[in-house]
Amino acid sequence: MIYLTRKCEFSASHYYHNPQWNDEENRRVFGKCANLNGHGHNYTLEVTVKGEIDPVTGFVVDLKELKDLLNHEVVEAMDHRHLNKEVPEFASTMPTSENIAIAIWQRLDQKLKVAKLHRVRLYELPDLFVDYYGEA
Amino acid sequence: MKAYLTRRYMISASHRLQSAVLSDEQNRATYGKCNNPHGHGHNYALEVTVSGQVSPETGMVCNLVDLDEAVHRNVIDRFDRQNLNTLADFAGLVPTTENLAEVIYNILKQGFRSAHLEKVRIEETLMNSFEYAGDEAWRH
Repeated sequence: MIYLTRKCEFSASHYYHNPQWNDEENRRVFGKCANLNGHGHNYTLEVTVKGEIDPVTGFVVDLKELKDLLNHEVVEAMDHRHLNKEVPEFASTMPTSENIAIAIWQRLDQKLKVAKLHRVRLYELPDLFVDYYGEA
Repeated sequence: MKAYLTRRYMISASHRLQSAVLSDEQNRATYGKCNNPHGHGHNYALEVTVSGQVSPETGMVCNLVDLDEAVHRNVIDRFDRQNLNTLADFAGLVPTTENLAEVIYNILKQGFRSAHLEKVRIEETLMNSFEYAGDEAWRH
């Protein structure tokens, strides 16, 4: 088994707001992130896939296919967008790094043909990141 | 769904590696420059990884404010800008980064209960890093 990690970046805005709570409770729990005008981050995504090395190509996965998949499912869908308003997953869930990592996993998992998805690591800041391994 | 959250902090501290059970000559041979009697310092980068179910109410494993508060109060306030050799945590314990990782893990295991402490990782320099997860296996 060999592991391959591909990186990409996207910049997006978001805010945190639980509609079941009043403004005061939202501000208490989410602090500055509750500002409904939103704010933005430069996200760095690391996607790790695993599999056996193809004896013919020497690849665990065709990097071009993986790059195209990341571009289509993540960059085109999320780069320079407002996550709450433009990405369907976040119409009903909060676009925290935890939920963005899970959404990216779900977008990629079914579409990887050869290798298997191992880990989605999403950096919201250089000193803050989330890992998701597809666990329930 | 279970996710893992990692937060990175900086700690600047000095230390001297000197084992009480070794002779001066053995200490010099074992620790080299790190045995300099006057000590030396590092900018340690501490990564704390916690895990748990993502809350449907908040979208979070734990509130970052709570984690930051616990790490600042229990770890950073205790070790930042300190000489590790002078602290009670290292009485009888050589302040290697291996031991620092164990000490910090044990402090946070007691001091942070809002999510499961998965592991601590410390970069002593850009070339050396150490990870400790107690007796638990952790995900790579």
